[in-house]
Order: sequence, then structure tokens, then C-alpha cells
Amino acid sequence: MAQRLWLAGVLAGCLAALPVFSARSGPQLSDEEKILHALNRLTFGPRPGEVAQVKSMGLKKWINLQLHPDRIPESPALEARLAPLDTLRMSPEERVANYPPPQVVRAMVEGRVPFPQDPDKRMMIRRLAERFEQTSGKGADDQAKPELAAILTVSERRTLRNAAPEEKVAWLRGLPLEKQDQVLEAMPAGMRRALYPAAPPELRRKIEWVSGPLQVVAADLQEAKLYRVLYSNRQLEQVLVDFWYNHFNVFLNKGADRYMVTSYERDAVRPHVLGKFYDLLLATAQSPAMLFYLDNWQSVDPNREVKLFLAGRTAGKSARRGLNENYARELMELHTLGADGGYTQKDVTEVARCFTGWTIRNPRQGGSFFFNPRMHDPGAKVVLGVQIPAGGGIEDGLRVLEILAHHPATARHISYQLAQRFAADNPPASMVSRMSLTFLEKDGDLREVMKTMLAAPEFWAPETFRAKSKSPLEMVASAVRALDADVDYGFALANQLAQLGEPLYRKQEPTGYSNAGQDWMNSAGLLARMNFALALARNQVPGVRVDQARFGDEGVHLGSPEFQRK
Amino acid sequence: MPTRRVFLRQSALAMVGSGAAPLWLRRVLCAADAPSPRKKILVAVFLRGAADGLNMVVPHAEKSYYEMRPTIAVPRPARGSQDAAIELDGFFGLHPALAPLVPLYQTGHLAILHAAGSPDPTRSHFDAQDYMESGTPGYKAVQSGWLNRALPWERAPLSPVRAVAMGPVLPRSLRGPNASIAVQRLDAFQIRDPEAALQLEAMYRDASDPAMRATGRETFEAMRLLEAVSRQPYQPAGGAEYPRGRFGDSLRQIAQLIRADVGVELAFADVGGWDHHVNEVGRSTSEGLLTLRLRELGQALAALWQDLGDRMRDVAVVTMSEFGRTARENGGRGTDHGHANCMFVLGGRVRGGKVYGKWPGLAPEQLYEGRDLALTTDFRDLLGELVCRHLGNRDLAPVFPGYQPKFPGLLQVPA
Repeated sequence: MAQRLWLAGVLAGCLAALPVFSARSGPQLSDEEKILHALNRLTFGPRPGEVAQVKSMGLKKWINLQLHPDRIPESPALEARLAPLDTLRMSPEERVANYPPPQVVRAMVEGRVPFPQDPDKRMMIRRLAERFEQTSGKGADDQAKPELAAILTVSERRTLRNAAPEEKVAWLRGLPLEKQDQVLEAMPAGMRRALYPAAPPELRRKIEWVSGPLQVVAADLQEAKLYRVLYSNRQLEQVLVDFWYNHFNVFLNKGADRYMVTSYERDAVRPHVLGKFYDLLLATAQSPAMLFYLDNWQSVDPNREVKLFLAGRTAGKSARRGLNENYARELMELHTLGADGGYTQKDVTEVARCFTGWTIRNPRQGGSFFFNPRMHDPGAKVVLGVQIPAGGGIEDGLRVLEILAHHPATARHISYQLAQRFAADNPPASMVSRMSLTFLEKDGDLREVMKTMLAAPEFWAPETFRAKSKSPLEMVASAVRALDADVDYGFALANQLAQLGEPLYRKQEPTGYSNAGQDWMNSAGLLARMNFALALARNQVPGVRVDQARFGDEGVHLGSPEFQRK
Repeated sequence: MPTRRVFLRQSALAMVGSGAAPLWLRRVLCAADAPSPRKKILVAVFLRGAADGLNMVVPHAEKSYYEMRPTIAVPRPARGSQDAAIELDGFFGLHPALAPLVPLYQTGHLAILHAAGSPDPTRSHFDAQDYMESGTPGYKAVQSGWLNRALPWERAPLSPVRAVAMGPVLPRSLRGPNASIAVQRLDAFQIRDPEAALQLEAMYRDASDPAMRATGRETFEAMRLLEAVSRQPYQPAGGAEYPRGRFGDSLRQIAQLIRADVGVELAFADVGGWDHHVNEVGRSTSEGLLTLRLRELGQALAALWQDLGDRMRDVAVVTMSEFGRTARENGGRGTDHGHANCMFVLGGRVRGGKVYGKWPGLAPEQLYEGRDLALTTDFRDLLGELVCRHLGNRDLAPVFPGYQPKFPGLLQVPA
């Protein structure tokens, strides 16, 4: 029945997503197939009616527009969802100040750090500080908090325990602000979490805040990513941001990075995804997020004795620190040349020496890049055979980035990675080499490299069509988009994605997630996909609403082998 | 009292319908009651991120160890000290957070191999893990993993949970021609809607892509079996207490599968967070990031040991990490990427209570590239010995192509 509904063209735009088109063997893709291929690879999956839309605009024109996202008006549905997420628009310093970790809350109370301007936040932080005060000296498990019984009447408590989530939320919103805070603080964590899907963004953020202000920052980041992926009209830009963030991966949960990653993606990655590779590389190299993640901020000329004031419990102690090669190695292996890029351990050490002094000012307050000449190794270096004279200071690192950004091995590595993401798990060498050539000829212009790929006959070959398995993000996003679902609580969806094996911003290794679809095909992931598909279609995913009257139960289709392909 | 096995036999058969029970299941269930020897089981544990072997199994008799690690060395064994190394043999000591393993070492059930690892010089996590998992250092073209290839050849039908990895993704070690599955949680390994499950199973049976077809088949077969296994809540035996967290959960579920006798031969678990470039050690040995990880590791392995009890005769556990860490501390109270490391073998026919391996020394001229513990045993020597003497698979050529393992002798030679 569901299949017939699907076939009946309710999802006219997705029609071609059916197996009907997959067993083709013709020498060339039809126009319709080309459009579907473009939507599968350059967006997070076609929405109902989208094939027809691209058809009426013309595929070439559509692709050209996607390559110039600034010419595409953004979707009001997206903007409305992003508006309440204020941490997206803050600087790292503002994020720390407005959503402080416990040590900063303490510093505010003790007068060492000013309170934020916003009077509401000021009050909430004071309340937070009071709770810390009460809990100090006790274990984390027996936190002192107000008892629900002490602040609510019997009938109010009954509402809170037994009513439907919508009723609870309506009741909570009717309370005076201070009482609302008290109730939220007194609720057990599980009871609070159960309110999320029914709560409007403002209340939801308050609930997250009560669990810990830092959670708001992480939730905003993940929700924003999903909203963009699902609703942005600038789809190719979102795919590229996903690709390049993953290429220059940073692990959100590493210490100070919790406050930095939002700005990292916004300021270092997003503006450059269709720009020059050098600019992207430089922006990531100088981002506090990357400097912290790969430890370069602590890398010091081993010949110097530097008094350092480390954060936390070692504060005030002097420590002798040495060269840290972590960034230097990943810079060459992952970010630029590739593992087979022809560099040696000696090159790694030399590059690490060049980047000594590239560090972070005040990492615990959000941090900003600065070059510290007292940490820098001033000696001469040789990188990949290029002499770097002594005394270059910050220029040493810039020179290394210059060399790496324009190296033929980098052109090949980047082209391969892009082709693997967009075209095929084992991309044709002919296509990769044409892309590399463009990369070298056009000074690493990433828009031009994309154009070369999209002009390649290999990209449009029948062997490429529907030949890649989707990543978990692609699967989740394409399913939500295919059902035109209304997501107003992205965080629940982000948790689903973690179940499928791809927790957002939380790939611990600098390699990022695999671009090869086959790496995602395993039984645990497959099972999670099938369960997600069934739950989504039956409106059992919190915060996601599917119009069931319009779509019927498409769960089995979304869990099918064909839907796992793109 | 009905044994777990009988229970499983009944429930599993009931689940699939006794008449329609697949051959492998009937074989597994019958075999469990037959006098024939049980299958040997190998559990591989991967410490991802390059664990610091020099602080795990501490060469406390080496002066240079303390010279190169002025602030992060584990102190020499000392009576009554919580922070000192625990004496093993007068030369090596165990990190105090690994205390739960000491009784196993003393009773001869834990053996340690030091200065072991991959001969490939790479210091990239990604490449080194890949090489250790493929079992082919220096060769990237090999698509499958050593553990998958280590499975002894058997006449079909086979248990769908013959090779199991705990986690969301099938690790490289277990990829390959033999069916293997990744499981996050045994009790959640199911599709809640039986009718939809049937439809989906049919669709995957007919999938055009062979890889997807195979993954689908493995998934649905395993689903039926694991449903039967996890129908009753699991109670670890012997008072075993697994540490909280993913790694403890992984080993607990591996024990559950082993005790259910459903045909597991290979199990894989991994635990990340060993890449301690900074704050590896805090103000004292009992603080810092390494201690946290080691505490979890020691508790989990000891719990598995207790839980499996007599079954440990059939089970061998081996630990590995992609490479070691620099012999010198880096000044951020951490260490950088190094070379050789230590490996543990627990259970089975291990000749434990000894630290094996030729010790290369830590004097400046003895270090690999002037900075790291040198390698004296190829990791494939130990893994090869386990595959041959424990799993009983004598044909090592396909397991470690182009390499002939020289067994370091941690296991008794089977009669």
C-alpha cells in the first residue's frame, strides 16, 4: 500500500529514487537521472517536488547557482529556526561569559570576572552559583537542590508527574520566571529531558541551561548543523561545510574546544569552502580550535626555558615544555599532502619547529590566536627541501602553509578526497588528475576544482549513479527531507545520528569520518538505520513531525537497501 | 536447575521455530551438549590513540627511564605507596592503576610482551592502526583485517555471531571474507516491528549490491540469535564488577555471549583516549589522564576474568595499541608518538607471570631514532602464535601475508 502511494507520485520529485531506475544499464544517464544524481550528491537528498523544480530551472543553471550560494536567498524556515540559537552569533569570549563553565561562574561570584550584561543571564548565573555553593563539599551525586515537594502543591506535582508533555510545558510557561527556574532545578534530570520535545526553543534552552550552561552551546551547534542540512536552500554549501569541517576535523569535547568549535566552523571553515585552499588552510591553522585540538598552542622551542601559566591545577607552576609534533604531522598527513605525500619524520619535526609560538591567548576565556616570539624556535629550518632562514618568526609557519597549499601532492590529495566524497569510493584516476591540474593552475581555487569535477564525464557516468552508500548524516537528512518533515527539536535528531554511528562534531580522531560509503556498511549501523526509518515514518522521533496523511508509512522504504544508496 | 545453555537452546529454538531452525543454530546447540571440545575464543582489545607502554609496564630498573621522564615517571616500587609501580620481576613494575591485574600475573594467567609492535616507522595514528588491524604493516592495499582472516576454515553452516565487534562500526580488524558483525548493545539488536522486519529482510535478500546483501543477511541472522541471548537480564558471575562506561559494557557483553555458547570465536573491543600529549600524569601517578584509562582497562579485564571463570581456559585476551610513545616526556606532562609498546595476553594456555621480549634498553644510543623504545618483537609474532596455538589455525600465510611469525612462546604448545 505504502509502496503504491509512493509510486502514485505523492513524492513526485522523489519518484526517481525508486529501484525502477537503479537497474539501468544504458550508456548514458537520462536527463531525469542526471537531475536526481545531482540532488543526491550535491544536496542532502531531494525533497518532494525538487526534481521537477530543477528540471524547470535547468540543471546547469541550478548547479551554477549552488556554486554561488550568496546568490541564493536563504530559506525563512531555516532562519526562523536559527534565530533563537544565540550562541551561534557570539564570539568565543561571549560564549564563555554568557554560558560559563563552573570555574568561570565561581570567578564571577568572586569578582575576578565580570558578569554578563544581560540581566536575565546575570540572575541565572547567580542562581547557578548558589547551587554550586550548596553543593561544594558534597559529592556530585548528592547535589543539594530544592525539593519539588517543598515548592509545589499536591495537584501541581501531579500535573508534573502525570500530565502529557504539552500540558506540563503549558503549565511551566504560566509560572512566574523565578518559580519556573526553581521547578526546573528541582526536577530530576530524566523528567526535565522528557519536556524537551514539547518545549519551545526558549524554554528548552533554559532546561539545558539548568543541566549546565555549556550544554546550550553544544546543543545550539548540533541543532544549527541539522537545520542547515535539512532546510537551507544553499545545499551545496552545507555539503561542503560538512566535508571541509570533517577534513579539518576538531573534536568538540576536548576541553576548551567546547567554546571554540562554533566560531571555528563559522569563521574558519564556512567562508572558504568555495574560496582559495590557502585561505582555508591559514584560517584553520590560526584558529584557537585547531591550535588547541592538536596541541600546537603548547609547542615550545625545546631550547628555551619558558615560565608558563597553565590552566587549572598546575596554575602558577613553571613548567618546561617542548616541541609538540601533533599539528605538524596531521597538517601534512591529513590536511595537505596526504600520507603518501613524500614527507619524512624530519620534515614533521622541522614543520613543528616552524609553528612554535603559534599559540592561544586566554584559552579558558574563549581564546584568540597570537604569535608568541618567546616560544618560537628562531633557528633555520628545512621543510620538504626548502630552506627557511633563521629569524623568520611568524613568517616560518606562513611559509610552510604557502609551500603545502601549493604542493602537487596537496592538489592530488584534496582532489581525491573531494572526488571520494562526491563521486565514488574509488574515484577514477582520470577525474582526480584533472581536478588536481585545476587546483594547481587556479591557485587552489576550490570552486574551480568543483567545476572541473562536475564537468567530468566520469561524474555523470552510469557506474557512478546510485553507486555510493550514504553516511549516517546523509541517510538521516535525506529521509527527513524526503518526507518533508518538520523538525523543531534538532537535538533529538542529533542523538539519533549518534546511534547510527556519526555523533556530530565528536569524531575524536583527526582523520574525521570516512568519505567512503562502504565504510559505513555494517550490521549495527544498518540495524540502527532501519529502526530510525521506521520510527521517523511513524512520528516516533521526538521533535520531528511527518505528515502521515500525506505520506502514509514509508518506514520500510526509508530502511530499504535502495534508500541507503545515493 | 536448567542451565543457561538449555534455556538458550529452548528459547532460541522457540524463537526461530524448531522445525525451521537454521542449520548453524542446530549445530551450535547440539555441539554445546556434545562431549566434543569447545571452540577456542580469541578476544582482541585495541587501545586506540597509542597507549604509553613505558608507563604501563614500567622499566623501573632503568636509570634513563627516570632521567627522561622527570615529572611523569611512575616511581620505583615501594611498600605502602599508592603511587609507586607494583613489582613484577625486579626489573619491570605495573602501573598502580593496573592493580586488579596483579593477582592474574602472580597466578600465571597474565603474560606481558614488551618492546613489541609494528615495524612500520609511521607515527600517524591512522596509518599505524590501519596497519596493525590489516596485519600488513607498510601495505595499504590489503582490504581485510587479520582477525577476520584468522578464523579457522569451517564447513558451513556457521554461527552468525562467530566474529563480533562491540561498537557502532565494524573495525578494520574484522573486515573481510568471513561474516562478522558489529553490535552496540545485545538487547537493542532488534527491529521492534516484526512485520516490518520481515519486509526489510526480504528487501535486503534481493538487494542489488552484494555488500549490502551480505550485511543484511548477517544482521537479520544475528538479530534472531541475540534476541534469544538477551531475553534474560545478564548477571555477571564470580562477583565480577565491570567498570562503568563503553569499554566495561563491551567486555561484559562479550562475556555474556561467550557464556551463552552461541558460537562466538572472535570478539573485538576497543577503547580510545590514549593519545596523551598533555597532562598524561598529574601531580602524582594516581592523577592524570593515563591513570583514568588504566583503571578502566585493569578493572574491565579483571572483571572479564572473574566473570568467565573456568571458561577462561578456552578464552585468550590480547591487547594492542598502534605504537608506543616517546621515551622522553614532552614537557606538557605528556608524551608524543613513539614506536614499540607492550602487549598483554590473558587466559587460555598462557604461560603467564612473566614479562617476555628482548629488552632493548633506554640509553640514548639504544632508542629508536634517538627518541623511542626500540622494537624487538613484531606484533604479528604474538598474534600468529595466538592464531596457531590458541585458535588452532596453522595456516598463517593468509593471515599475515608475506610474513612468517616467530612465536615468542607465551603459550603452551598444545599436546
